Amino acid sequence: MSRNALGLWTMGVLSLVLVFGVPAIVETFALIDFTLFIAMAILSLSLAFVWGFGGILCFGQSAFFGLGAYTYAVAVINMGESTVPILLGILLPVILALVLGYFMFYGRVSDVYLAVITLAVSLVFYYLIGASAGEEYKIGSARLGGYNGMPSVPPINVPGDPSAAVEYEALYVPAAVLLAVVYFGLRALLASDFGRVLVSIRENEARTELLGYDARRIKTVALAIGAGIAGLSGVLFCAWGAYVSPTVFSLVFTAQIIMWILVGGLGTLTGAILGCVLIQYLATWLGETKIADVNIVLGAIFVAIVLLVPSGFVPMFARLGDTLTRRRGEAGS
Amino acid sequence: MTGPPLLETRGLTMRFGGVTAVAGADFTLGPGELRCLIGPNGAGKSTFFKCLTGQLRPTEGEILFDGESLVGEEPHAIARRGISIKTQVPSLFDGLSVAENLRLAAARTRNRAETRAAVDEIVGLVGLADRADSIASQLPHGQRQWLELGLVLACDPRLMLLDEPTAGMTKQEVARTAGIIREIGRDRAMIVVEHDMQFIQMIAHRVTVFHQGRILAEDTMDNILADERVRDVYLGKQAGAGRERGDA
Ligand SMILES: Nc1ncnc2c1ncn2[C@@H]1O[C@H](COP(=O)(O)OP(=O)(O)OP(=O)(O)O)[C@@H](O)[C@H]1O
Ligand SMILES: [Mg+2]
Repeated sequence: MSRNALGLWTMGVLSLVLVFGVPAIVETFALIDFTLFIAMAILSLSLAFVWGFGGILCFGQSAFFGLGAYTYAVAVINMGESTVPILLGILLPVILALVLGYFMFYGRVSDVYLAVITLAVSLVFYYLIGASAGEEYKIGSARLGGYNGMPSVPPINVPGDPSAAVEYEALYVPAAVLLAVVYFGLRALLASDFGRVLVSIRENEARTELLGYDARRIKTVALAIGAGIAGLSGVLFCAWGAYVSPTVFSLVFTAQIIMWILVGGLGTLTGAILGCVLIQYLATWLGETKIADVNIVLGAIFVAIVLLVPSGFVPMFARLGDTLTRRRGEAGS
Repeated sequence: MTGPPLLETRGLTMRFGGVTAVAGADFTLGPGELRCLIGPNGAGKSTFFKCLTGQLRPTEGEILFDGESLVGEEPHAIARRGISIKTQVPSLFDGLSVAENLRLAAARTRNRAETRAAVDEIVGLVGLADRADSIASQLPHGQRQWLELGLVLACDPRLMLLDEPTAGMTKQEVARTAGIIREIGRDRAMIVVEHDMQFIQMIAHRVTVFHQGRILAEDTMDNILADERVRDVYLGKQAGAGRERGDA
């Protein structure tokens, strides 16, 4: 079996375990923690796709995540039913990405400026929403609440039935299914013609254009796909905690997403999930046990990983696996 | 000339600050023609190609391809109209295999089955059939040039621009490249920039000489070789350089 096929089967089995196995053995409160990790893993995947495969240095993935969360909160408070708010929570980030992508890619903004612009967009949201504390900042019946955020956001419900809430541990299975859908969807996309051309733009944009592919359009679409996924993650996050505040747009948060990816390995989807869960788990554990300050430990780990395993964990293990199988092959022949 | 030209430039000019790399070039190429472009270093040959492919937007002048203006078009749009370029510094997808490189180039205008067939054909044509699975970055220099030739060919262009396709090649490789170019030049127009006179003699019909961004002379190879002005600006130095390479 090829490595690709093997990986696909492994991830297939793991997804089944995640969706069906984990809820059967894990306690309720842990399941609620896991749901958060899953929402974040979806966010991590979104940047892994945009940055790792599209080569688009988007340092403001939090902008799309936060916009998804706020859109969901505002819409669901007004509408009461969650189906349309979820879709809006995906759609608005997509539109923002299309507009941003149009200006950045069609304007031929360089990579560094692209990182700065996306980061700035996230920070603009942070300060704008942070300044919306007064009574007058309302959208319909939803008060934005400034830095205090928006509490009591209604949960996701079974489509069409607002009384059938999917909350607490019940949110776990839908979230896990969504993670699997996003993961396999991105794999399929990357294996398609679109995905191949996207990676070729990352490898050599000038050559790709000289072959007749419109890099500007393809990168804009890729950014929008990533934004939609980040928006979905934001919706889950907001529904999970029934709460959203401007911290979703903060520098610390957006830096964390980048860190998940670097830890897991840039250019892999599995690594993005692994890096995200690993760091989140560690942060939660440190926060509970109070062994050491979370930020100091995470910062130290991050520096250590960038220095010692610059390619990230998943590529490192893949190389290790390759070396081992080659040895075994040689011994057998 | 019979019939309308395939490519025509009028007063094409490209300035970089104080440097005028292309200075009002009036150039015409007929359909299906193979033309060689020679000239000393810095004559503006590569810049001329970059203007034709949309990598640079000319400061002044007009470019007509099949009677339609190309000025201001994006590189990908020009490629779609049927102009394909092998750049002076090979530009490949270094992390991908030979076959994957060709597939990317071939897939834009073909379905999956056609793409596979085109890749199989081209990989043989450029002499890389036994290297189809090699990663591009691991190819020796000569084979990288051939792979890029294959990329250009896989676009199925109406006009091929080849910027120094034999640079860094051994004598045998040069001869083989000439064979490939004659073969693919049979049914499409081509402009080849080269410094290697022996190579040009193997493929050329008409030769255009560039000097300081202008066309200095345009004639058959024999007449060009006999032209005093061309000797002065270019061939004098070049003959010496060619002999050194021949002796080595
Ligand atoms: N991007 C640029 N900015 C400034 N000057 C440039 C630029 N590109 C080319 N030039 C200048 O324009 C002139 C023509 O360069 P060009 O590369 O077109 O020459 P060439 O005929 O291809 O030479 P060679 O045979 O060495 O490849 C040179 O003087 C070069 O220094
Ligand atoms: Mg040149």
